[in-house]
Amino acid sequence: MVATRAVPRLRSRVDVRSEAFTANREAALASLASLATLRVKANAGGGEKYVARHKKRGKLLPRERIELLLDRDAPFLEIGGLAGHDVKGETTGTSVVGGVGVVSGTECLVVASEATVKGGAVTPMSLAKSSRLADIAEQNRLVGVSLIESAGADLPKQDQIFVKGGAGFRSLTQRSAARVPTVCLVFGSSTAGGAYLPGMSDYVVMVKEQAQVYLAGPPLVKMATGEVTDHESLGGAAMHASVSGVSDYLAEDERDAIRLGRQIVAHLEIDKAGPAPGPVEEPVLDAEELLGIASADVKVPFDPREVIGRIVDGSRFSEFKALYGKTIVCGWARIHGYPVGILANHGTLFSESANKGAQFIHLCNQRSIPLVFLQNTTGFMVGAKYEAEGIIKNGAKLINAVSNSTVPAVTIMTGASFGAGNYGMSGRAYAPRFLFTWPNHRIAVMGGKQLAGVLDIIQRAAAAKKGIEVDEQKLGVMKAMTEQTIDKQSTALYATARLWDDGIIDPRDTRTVLALSLSAAHHAPVEGTMDFGVFRH
Amino acid sequence: MRTIETLLVANRGEIARRIFRTCRELGIATVAVYSDADAEAPFVREADQALRLGPAPSRESYLNVPAILAAAEASGADAVHPGYGFLAENAAFAEAVAEAGLVFVGPTPEAIRSMGLKREAKALVAAAGVPVIPGYDGADQDPAVLAAEAVRIGFPVLLKASAGGGGKGMKRVDGPDDLPAAIESAKREARNAFGDDVLLVEKYVERPRHVEIQIFGDTHGRVVHLHERECSLQRRHQKVIEEAPSPALAANPALRVRMGAAAVKVGRAIGYVGAGTVELILSQDGSFYFLEVNTRLQVEHPVTEEVTGLDLVREQLRVAEGHPLSLPVVEGEDEGASPAPLTGWALEARLYAEDPDGGFLPQSGTLTDFALPALAGVRVDTGVEAGSEVSIHYDPMLAKVVARGADREEARRRLLNALRRMSVAGVTTNRAFLVRALRHPAFVAGDLHTHFFEEHLSAPPATRPVDPRAAFAAVLVGVRERALARAAAELPAGVPSGYRNQPSQKQHAELELDGTPVHVRYQHQVRRPGTFDVEVGDAALVVRVVTQTADSVVLEAEGHRRGYRARRTGPAELHVQVSGRALTFREVPRFPEPGARAVAGGCLAPMPGRVVSVAVAVGDRVTAGKTLVVLEAMKMEHTVTAPEDGVAAAVHVAAGDQVDADQLLVTVDASAE
Repeated sequence: MVATRAVPRLRSRVDVRSEAFTANREAALASLASLATLRVKANAGGGEKYVARHKKRGKLLPRERIELLLDRDAPFLEIGGLAGHDVKGETTGTSVVGGVGVVSGTECLVVASEATVKGGAVTPMSLAKSSRLADIAEQNRLVGVSLIESAGADLPKQDQIFVKGGAGFRSLTQRSAARVPTVCLVFGSSTAGGAYLPGMSDYVVMVKEQAQVYLAGPPLVKMATGEVTDHESLGGAAMHASVSGVSDYLAEDERDAIRLGRQIVAHLEIDKAGPAPGPVEEPVLDAEELLGIASADVKVPFDPREVIGRIVDGSRFSEFKALYGKTIVCGWARIHGYPVGILANHGTLFSESANKGAQFIHLCNQRSIPLVFLQNTTGFMVGAKYEAEGIIKNGAKLINAVSNSTVPAVTIMTGASFGAGNYGMSGRAYAPRFLFTWPNHRIAVMGGKQLAGVLDIIQRAAAAKKGIEVDEQKLGVMKAMTEQTIDKQSTALYATARLWDDGIIDPRDTRTVLALSLSAAHHAPVEGTMDFGVFRH
Repeated sequence: MRTIETLLVANRGEIARRIFRTCRELGIATVAVYSDADAEAPFVREADQALRLGPAPSRESYLNVPAILAAAEASGADAVHPGYGFLAENAAFAEAVAEAGLVFVGPTPEAIRSMGLKREAKALVAAAGVPVIPGYDGADQDPAVLAAEAVRIGFPVLLKASAGGGGKGMKRVDGPDDLPAAIESAKREARNAFGDDVLLVEKYVERPRHVEIQIFGDTHGRVVHLHERECSLQRRHQKVIEEAPSPALAANPALRVRMGAAAVKVGRAIGYVGAGTVELILSQDGSFYFLEVNTRLQVEHPVTEEVTGLDLVREQLRVAEGHPLSLPVVEGEDEGASPAPLTGWALEARLYAEDPDGGFLPQSGTLTDFALPALAGVRVDTGVEAGSEVSIHYDPMLAKVVARGADREEARRRLLNALRRMSVAGVTTNRAFLVRALRHPAFVAGDLHTHFFEEHLSAPPATRPVDPRAAFAAVLVGVRERALARAAAELPAGVPSGYRNQPSQKQHAELELDGTPVHVRYQHQVRRPGTFDVEVGDAALVVRVVTQTADSVVLEAEGHRRGYRARRTGPAELHVQVSGRALTFREVPRFPEPGARAVAGGCLAPMPGRVVSVAVAVGDRVTAGKTLVVLEAMKMEHTVTAPEDGVAAAVHVAAGDQVDADQLLVTVDASAE
């Protein structure tokens, strides 16, 4: 505590009465309102008709199953809640629901089939979401709890599912080998490939007269061998619990299955490998103001310290190298008692900023301190001067450090994410343990206007070379379309629908989401490394 | 003159503590005796010495004379105070104490004996010129004779155990047809309670008041009265609310003088020494009849102490030592003048562990909460504390709450306030019933009689819909516990309760209040810490938790801030109290244990007790209401009847068995042909 008090509190310079603040806030509230509508849609699963049919069978909906499974009042950090939105052939939220939640006092990676969406069949996007959830379990050593009721693969799209779908089963058994068990509760059918979900899990519970697990259902069996059989004797819960041994527990009903699942997790007696958090101090700056701070237009920069002061304990921030490479802000703080090293952008990345970031990551690894990236970057600086001073090798240092760092990292997209800045600041491909996005976020290789501008220059150059006139009208349309497409594809919603992130969050919840992410990450050992790739000096 | 240095109290609970208190003030060493059931009781802890008498049943402990005398000898006690109940009016005990060379704090064995047998008492009193109630107190106990006497006296009549008191063995009979059964039952109860089934029959006075006069005599031949107490508010012939003075006598001082003079006359007639009470029936027309003399300190003696400023136990001890009464002699003591001043008004309410909505059946269990705030003018005499076991073996009285005031209304308000503010949980009590009685206009008006409860409070209280805030206060107890558990489990404790980055539904809490389900849905508002959106049944409200501790919560809803006592009182039990209303919520488990289903057609024991008789055998055809099993509990008989027509499919108990509350006694198969 004494050490904490020695760290000064950040002071805010935000003018909450400014026009920009008000405009940003209004834009953010409008975005959040439309996101809320989409969440309602995602929660509705396959829609009224299928939900009614499901409930008529006396079954619980996936979110009801999850809510029952979770410890009461405990938080649940849902992953990819809007995945698949506006993606052709997909449903908002896909046919799986998942996230990190507390079961019997242990944070688990919970996955539930959304049986009201195509009978819980696996679509390409739900496969991607399941794969992402499996990664979270693996990287953070979280016990898995799967609530299964799935018709198997979405057969018309088997070409996009079958081959890579195998990785899910491999992941299950590899986690098992790594002493990270998975508990599988089967509520309905789980056939063909799906049968390997319980098959590869460490603990299996099946619901009496409801779970049906077999490689091939009665029609296919009849086709293959001529044998006439029924669902229950072929793969019913009672058979699997008493004859085949595929099920370890036989549940009386759905609630009983969930009770058994909680009982199993309780006796696993999982301890966290990472250090326990210290005392918590609420920030003194108001998180509510984040809505007015984050620029609705990502071209307008904002001081990341205004964000940091609203998400860290006591608004206390121990800044590192404040006078050097000022476009990246680095420093230490605590979030809900967890010590973190924060890297936050303050404009374009220069050589100094990249070098500073690399050094900071190095220091955090030396001390085994988790990293938090607040990404808002338009990329690395370009131009002859910067090439000459080696922006490439300096940028490479940052990417090298991010790539080889072994402490857990959590990335929050607070604004722009363009170009290689995305990589250097621990974008999706750099495997941060969690990555969440603010609604104002824009992401692309470059901005729409820039790309259109580049197109303009190239077209004019090509025309000049051929000695023809530029069709100004055609070029104008082309530029407009390009800009429009890029802009559409660079929105937060477009990104989240494609699982480029783990979800869009309300900026005011950032501290909470970071705390939950860090807490989950602490299930795995928090150990930094001094082994990095060769730095080009 | 004898000096008492060490006093043994041959009693338990509040009266033992009450006597010890005075002993401490007088510098007298204290000795408690206890049964196994009371080994951890406060009165045992507070005594200088404590000696075990025997097992829990009274016969083997508090009625065990040799054990008590052995304890007196072992402890070096030089005096024995019998308290009330148990051996307090047992002449043989008083004799045995004297024979052991000890001082008995009470009247002489002769006085006890003469008043203990009601027939002799009445004759003696009548001879002294005090009016007695028309009745039969003959030795011929032939039921036919009793019946003939009842007809002579005129119905309604009251059957009473000659050796008894405290209502046991009493039966009101309204006509000749009911007599045989009533006589049999009264005799059985009298036999069980007193070992003597001699009955007396007397005139039943309509709407009578019960007024009693406190008398005190010393060994110097002086007998005085210390004014009256009115104890008209009774249920099952047990006093519930008492007061001094009586509203009837306060309005008629001449009547007080006449009644006081009569009481002193009775005391003189038997050469009374020590504290005694002459119980009288006061009819609506102002005539009064002698009822009985209680040769002991009464349960309700505190109201007299509160209006006279006297310590009656102190006077008892002084008199036992041979001192004259400390009160100055006033003129006309034999004509009804009292030497004691009478200042203000005092009311006493007896808090019982009983179910007023369930025939006042005594309740037993663990008192999970028992807290009484200190209030001006309020005195609480109690033998229990939080954590105490209320056993089936003894009287279920938990406490006497006594309030004093300048006038009756002030005392009434103080008593009401005290009852409302005290917190009692774990065992059903008559607290709400007491509150209803004290608030009744007839009570406020002082219009009392011994059938007050039947007339005014026999209808069960109107069921009020559950207060959503109280239900949520109960839920919050669990919310707090779970937050603490998360913090202990290294889960981020400061994260908003029930946080969802994609909210889909509220948190659920399923409760039960008196068997009625209470569905609570709640959601913590992420951006307003401590504020919840709450739905209780159909009611929706926004509630802010202002403060919360392990046993209290202050809530604010719609600008209305209110404190609730809210705490866990069992693994699945939450207790909430607000303004004298105590609600015990049961938490319905989220996951029912498999196989925990109730047996259909099962008849359960209403309370712990002993099986007296089983009136049904397997295969017997039974009709709804037929007696299946008779239980004896808390010295009363309780009948368990068939819930519906059917066939006795199984009988799980036999006569003599000890059973727990809710134990399955008989299974009735209603579907059987």
